[in-house]
Amino acid sequence: MKRLFVFPYTLWLIVFTVIPIILVAYYALTVTADGQTSFTLANFRWFFEGMTPGEPFFQRLYVRVAMRSVYLALISTAICFVLGYPLAYILASKGFRNKSFLLFMFIAPMWMNFLVRTYAWLTILERNGLFNTLLQRAGLPQIDILYTDTAVLLGMVYNFLPFMVLPIYTSLVRMDKRVIEAAQDLGANPVNVFTRVVFPLSLPGVVSGITMVFMPGAATFIISNLLGGAQYFLLGNLIEQQFLRVGNWHTGSVVAVILMILMVISMAILKLVDRGQAEEEGARV
Amino acid sequence: MMHLKRFYLGLMLFFMYAPILVLMVFSFNDSRSRNTWGGFSLRWYVELFNDPHTQLALRNTILIAIFSTILATIIGTTAAVGIDKLKKRSRMVIMGFTRMPVMMPDIVTGLALMILFLFGFRIVGFGRLGFGTLLIAHVVFNVPYVILSVIPRLRQLDPNLYEAALDLGSSPIRAFVQVILPELWPGVITGAMLAFTLSVDDFMVSFFTTSPGVQNLSIRIFAMTRRGVDPRINALSTLIFVAIMLMLFIINRRDQRLIKKQQSEV
Amino acid sequence: MKKLIVLLALCAVMLGVAGCGDSRERIYVANWGLFIYEPVLQMFEEEYGIRVVYSTYSTNDELYALITHQGAEFDVVVPSDYTVERMINEGRLAPINWDNVPNAQYIGDQFKNLAFDPTNRYSIPYKWGTFGIVYNTEKVDEPVTSWSILWDERFEGEIFMYNASRDTIGLAQRLLGFSMNSRDINELHQARDLLIQQRPLVRAFLADEIIDNMINGEGSLGTVYNGCARWIIYYNPAHNFVVPAEGSQLWFNSMVIPRTSRNEEHQANAEKFINFMARPDIALLNTLYTRYSTSNIGAFEMLPADWQNCPIYWPNDEIMRRGEVFVDLGDFRAEFHQAWTQVLVAGN
Repeated sequence: MKRLFVFPYTLWLIVFTVIPIILVAYYALTVTADGQTSFTLANFRWFFEGMTPGEPFFQRLYVRVAMRSVYLALISTAICFVLGYPLAYILASKGFRNKSFLLFMFIAPMWMNFLVRTYAWLTILERNGLFNTLLQRAGLPQIDILYTDTAVLLGMVYNFLPFMVLPIYTSLVRMDKRVIEAAQDLGANPVNVFTRVVFPLSLPGVVSGITMVFMPGAATFIISNLLGGAQYFLLGNLIEQQFLRVGNWHTGSVVAVILMILMVISMAILKLVDRGQAEEEGARV
Repeated sequence: MMHLKRFYLGLMLFFMYAPILVLMVFSFNDSRSRNTWGGFSLRWYVELFNDPHTQLALRNTILIAIFSTILATIIGTTAAVGIDKLKKRSRMVIMGFTRMPVMMPDIVTGLALMILFLFGFRIVGFGRLGFGTLLIAHVVFNVPYVILSVIPRLRQLDPNLYEAALDLGSSPIRAFVQVILPELWPGVITGAMLAFTLSVDDFMVSFFTTSPGVQNLSIRIFAMTRRGVDPRINALSTLIFVAIMLMLFIINRRDQRLIKKQQSEV
Repeated sequence: MKKLIVLLALCAVMLGVAGCGDSRERIYVANWGLFIYEPVLQMFEEEYGIRVVYSTYSTNDELYALITHQGAEFDVVVPSDYTVERMINEGRLAPINWDNVPNAQYIGDQFKNLAFDPTNRYSIPYKWGTFGIVYNTEKVDEPVTSWSILWDERFEGEIFMYNASRDTIGLAQRLLGFSMNSRDINELHQARDLLIQQRPLVRAFLADEIIDNMINGEGSLGTVYNGCARWIIYYNPAHNFVVPAEGSQLWFNSMVIPRTSRNEEHQANAEKFINFMARPDIALLNTLYTRYSTSNIGAFEMLPADWQNCPIYWPNDEIMRRGEVFVDLGDFRAEFHQAWTQVLVAGN
């Protein structure tokens, strides 16, 4: 019985997860010249050194792209956490009768197309947009948000916030309430109950929230183009450019590999933070 | 304290719904502009009904979402049952690979699948990107979500249940369908709903795995964002949103208990 | 169990629905965004009983990558000059049988036999135009004559640049007095450095989004094609368009038939489509809607006089003389992409 179920799925995994990764790695490690394909590290050198020797300004050009991506993704993750944790906490707390409905309200926007939702921000943020009109009415100076990194961050937070809220909410709801009561009975004050008991127990949710927000942030190109006006060039932009404009799958694959390495690193770091949840497979998502 | 909580909740809801509100309002704008109000009009709704390209894209989106959800649910549920029975080490390996598409940025998933498809086509000598590859790609990124929703449910299952059914003379398939599946149902439904949501919302993976002849809504909208989104799309989004909200209210009123059971699994 | 059966039944029904598209022959067409009057496609469908599967792209590179790397099989596409040249050189285009395209007679002689396809064996001119600066006359109160105004610090945060490598590097090359088709690495790098120097003044690098932004008054200056400029001026008459004195590009977009696995069966349909698009009444609808200059003299003659005499719609000889048509750069393309990436990354 179990063979019957596992075997086809293993095959599925091999075809649609393992082989694609191997293919990406294959392209990253090869070059094609005159129809001949040979193994090389030149693509990685391209990424880490840039292609214009002797011009200091352009050295490590793509490393700078990677750093900018990581930097923006980190900030957006931090904002998502700061906004999302209290939100999940409130949603999970007693006192709201329609908890599930409220939670649903936060997921429902995802049913509207992400591009349309992101595009709608243009109307709000632009120079003559709604936000500036409001500022003007209030007698405040207007500010340029659209086509700045603030707009990009806002787009990331807006799109990825539910991915932070959901896992934290789940881990908070699943928490054994008796532990909290026990802590209270032992005389812990609310702050201590939170810092010593609730927060550590919700850590698996936080960790999966962080990975779910960080990675798409580091890889986006739509948000940086649409709201950032291509003012910032991110890893996602580089992939899109190499695959769809330059048409070089080898260099494009290198960037994909870099993103995968980034993913493995961030997962490993987070694993260190929250040990002992290896068995809690279900807590993710 | 309660007031503060309500205030914060309201603020966040406002943040989530502000752009949606904007695009809904502008769907009734007589002018094509994205920020100047030209008076109330239903012209974009009328144009939407006369726009075969957007309708086709919508149909593709819905078809892909339904098919990929059904397929991913079947594949994911059976796989979860199998995985649950594995020894710890092999389970860890399989789960590691299962989780990969969830963690992987979707641009990487998209291009990796594109490479896979094109490579495959070259080997077999025919085939090209289109509806089929789009569907497979959506199933691929949906399956893990179903598995991850079903597995916690399996954990709570009494392992003797299945054995008991077998002892009572049930065939393995029958035992699975009649005894195990009903127990898993809430997890399966959660997984299916997640899959449907992700499929409808996806742009990146679709972008890489379809050919220009087969557009879904995301891809059509992406083409539009470059030259200014047509208010027709606002009209369509408004209709979709109203439909979802209606559905939500009906479900909420009719069966609050069911949702509660589901969301404890999300 | 019942539910499962229902689900499977539903699945089967849906598959049926998906399977039964219409059985008419299909033709796959890809074109630039905003480059056709879409109802024209329905007219073609009704007249010939052939379904048009239509899609759009936004740069030549994107179209090229679709065809060569992603295996997209189009029957008709509309690349511009240097990409037509590249595709001819690489043997990616099928020759057009001109006997099947009698409407080619309406194409203006000045658009025929251009350097990228010297005998018009593979391509039929569709639209043409130039590239320049659109500016808001309420915010820019001096006559614009030179590309150098894009480097004027008074317009910091007011400038929209076109997010395409050849167009934007090309204008910097002209400002420096170089050819846009230069393969001199130093000239390329000088142009690149000039653009990097301009970065702090630029509000955003966009493509057709510049149209909406200019209409909404989000900036004072933008670099656009003349057709886009006419959109902007139509919706916001405070604008004007000039082709700077240093000269600019002249572009010619042509319909071509890429070689695909199904050329045999589709060639005739592709030629029907091309012939249909060259019919003066159809070309007229296209040019009136898109506001881009037509290559079809039959259509031009039917245009209202204010269109025919509009210097933006129909650039004068002076502009033509200063204009330069892009040439495919061959291996130098890689350097070009690299330089363009450097310009974009310089903002990080």
